[in-house]
Amino acid sequence: MGNAAITNNVRRLRFDADEMTQADLAAKADVTRQTIIAIEGGKYSPSLELAFKIANAFGVPLESVFQYQDGE
Amino acid sequence: MTESNDFTTRTKINTVQLGLWSGAWVLTTALAAFGPKFLWEFSTWPTILGVLINLGVGFKMILVNKRHLNGMDELMRKIQLEAMAISLGVGLVCGISYELLEDIKLTTFEPEISHLIILMALVYTVGVFSGVRRFK
Repeated sequence: MGNAAITNNVRRLRFDADEMTQADLAAKADVTRQTIIAIEGGKYSPSLELAFKIANAFGVPLESVFQYQDGE
Repeated sequence: MTESNDFTTRTKINTVQLGLWSGAWVLTTALAAFGPKFLWEFSTWPTILGVLINLGVGFKMILVNKRHLNGMDELMRKIQLEAMAISLGVGLVCGISYELLEDIKLTTFEPEISHLIILMALVYTVGVFSGVRRFK
């Protein structure tokens, strides 16, 4: 069992989406801005439902937003 | 901004309801505690009724708290549940040890449940603040 890590491109996708603010993304995903900050900072891995909501907010597939890396 | 308004509105409503039912529970606790002495001179049936009302309002408060938790943002719910878990554990472990102190003659005073409640409240508060800091 290695060190699995979930990384994300949320910040980059936000900037690519006409510089969407964290508050806007939080509103679209039905969470608080603090949650978006924690996700972007890699301090919190969202639930599957929230991950899908974030991906839908950007109109991209889930794998474009979150990546799973199984460490050695 | 409809989703934000719905989430924010829902959270506000749940928080207000929790505040109201918590306040009601505190008031019924005061009534059950002081009513017998100052209002109905320890008559049995009003005293029993006072305790039952206090219990009923308390159970409703628990259900409202559960709804408040379930309506929260998932990160905040995680922080709250972790703080509650630690508070519950500390309450249980320290409570049992505290209760033993007088029995095993380490202290001469009777343990008071209010001391335990204060400890649990402090631990819970610290748990929430440290949880919020951890995810900043």
